[in-house]
Amino acid sequence: MVCEPPGEPALLYIDLHLVHEVTSPQAFDGLREAGRVVRRPDLTVATADHNVPTTDRSLPITDEIAARQIAALRRNCADFNIPFYDLDSAEQGIVHVIGPELGLTQPGMTIVCGDSHTSTHGAFGALAFGIGTSEVEHVLATQCLPQQKPRTMEVRIDGELPESVTAKDLALAIIGQIGTAGANGHVIEYTGEAIRALSMEARMTLCNMSIEAGARAGMIAADETTFSYLEGRRFAPRNTEENAAWDDAVAYWRTLKTDPDAEYDRVVEIDANALAPYVSWGTSPGHVVPVTGSVPNPSDTATESDRRAAERMLDYMGLTPGTRIEDIPVTRVFIGSCTNARIEDLRAAASVVRGYRINPSVHAMVVPGSQTVKRAAEAEGLDQIFIDAGFDWREAGCSMCLGMNPDILQPGERCASTSNRNFEGRQGRGGRTHLVSPIMAAAAAIAGHFTDVRRWEFKS
Amino acid sequence: MNPFRIHTGIVAPLDRPNVDTDQIIPKQFLKRIERTGFGEFLFYDWRYDANGEPERFFVLNADEYKGATILLAGKNFGCGSSREHAPWALLDYGFRTIIAPSFADIFANNCMKNGIVPVVLSEAEVEELFQRTADRPGYQLTVDLERRVVEDDRGFSASFVIDDFHRHCLMEGLDDIALTQQHEPQIAAYEARRPAWRDAH
Repeated sequence: MVCEPPGEPALLYIDLHLVHEVTSPQAFDGLREAGRVVRRPDLTVATADHNVPTTDRSLPITDEIAARQIAALRRNCADFNIPFYDLDSAEQGIVHVIGPELGLTQPGMTIVCGDSHTSTHGAFGALAFGIGTSEVEHVLATQCLPQQKPRTMEVRIDGELPESVTAKDLALAIIGQIGTAGANGHVIEYTGEAIRALSMEARMTLCNMSIEAGARAGMIAADETTFSYLEGRRFAPRNTEENAAWDDAVAYWRTLKTDPDAEYDRVVEIDANALAPYVSWGTSPGHVVPVTGSVPNPSDTATESDRRAAERMLDYMGLTPGTRIEDIPVTRVFIGSCTNARIEDLRAAASVVRGYRINPSVHAMVVPGSQTVKRAAEAEGLDQIFIDAGFDWREAGCSMCLGMNPDILQPGERCASTSNRNFEGRQGRGGRTHLVSPIMAAAAAIAGHFTDVRRWEFKS
Repeated sequence: MNPFRIHTGIVAPLDRPNVDTDQIIPKQFLKRIERTGFGEFLFYDWRYDANGEPERFFVLNADEYKGATILLAGKNFGCGSSREHAPWALLDYGFRTIIAPSFADIFANNCMKNGIVPVVLSEAEVEELFQRTADRPGYQLTVDLERRVVEDDRGFSASFVIDDFHRHCLMEGLDDIALTQQHEPQIAAYEARRPAWRDAH
């Protein structure tokens, strides 16, 4: 914190500012109009992810407006001296995948980006949150952001996640329990033995979806898992002959823990042992049921307004109350997004797919979160497992998570998606999105309908 | 941005909870690199059918809400994506204030950066306003930011909470970047204290 001026919110210093093509052009224009410069281009990192095509990168972008937006970012980064991982970069990818991958994301940092899923970086014990374009401009100009202190919420997950129940299912369970506005105004800290047991990538999946519960940010205290993930990454501190930057950093990071006697404004407790794979049925991420459940009845909702909303959702989703989730057919499968497109996600999905062919009625695609993830998957032969099964194997980007590029659903198409939002039209006008984990999506691609991956017959 | 002190206007009712920013401004319009001109795309997928014809039953297409400047909405308005294109579209269309039982954090912040006042009233008060809007075509409200009150000319009056800093910025139409730049000595001092290994890139 820089200072707490009287009558103004506290001024936070921003350690890392991530920038992408969609929410930044107006901010750079604002800087130019006001004659301002970027204060710390060295703490700013840009990539193009939202509207990039996931097909052959050697071809020109056919969407002229998308091409113009990417060109604007390229020019802005050049003009203001900001490092830019362009489309032809070996490290291009979804901004929330490449930050951690490059070791840019570190414990104790304040991290912002003009994107709500910036909460992902909270997995490292960083305070990371999404901002709008005016705030992007503010950070570019001053490297600071005035911030009111948020309320605190502990989400404690005790117990152990059952086999084939993933961090994605945990995220969906939490949102299902507290609601999509359940954490408005709060920063969530995830604690408990089930959290400590999660890998870094699983922690990123969980923190990523904090915003879907309305939280300003979600975080997990850094521990040995965090340090061993970071050590040796390109931009992580490292010891040299002159200094012991890595040791200093780790010593400092170890101090970044919530006091044992700290009190949260709110506490939510969840038993990991009781969780199952979840599938969303509505058009808001809080509308989830276990895969063994059924589409709920709107008349069971608490208020008249909720009932009308539920009826509207079922109408949009083309679902009837009481239908078993496992009886719902899918025609599209999307494995990707900043939520679930890291190497562990692809490995898990490939383990389900191995030895199978996708259902003939399904079109399925895998979009790695970054070119680095893509290369790693190819080195392990995961791409061939997906391709042999009939999946499309694509280049990195946000892709069908938000459908800003050509990867969209057609009206009425039903998709099992590893992304984070099932909003009306999110993946394409009239498209019907069901949020699931990567292994649930993979299983649905093969079965042609949702199926309980806990009963999956894995082939070697 | 334009200062906001007191505003009277026609109320358009959008009685849906969890209206997300994807609905407010669908993704196909996010590729523009300007701040202006988003109003015609506001609520595009609800306002227009697949052929681009106006949807008969969508509230903004009804004659009685033409020229509306106050949007009345359900809880958790503006959830989802952080896209500031959402408040830009609302503002460009003509909305100066939105009244709802709750707002998503980033959206509320983005509104205030653009001179739109997000007014939080209780669910019961919002329900009452939906009723009054339905009962009287052309129903108008006054939002008084100075007094932090919403009222009509038939006895409805409700106060709302907004912190002093944001209220001040909205009322004066302040550029808060300039405000932060006034703290340059403190920012420079903070930078001098940061350990070198913190500069990741």
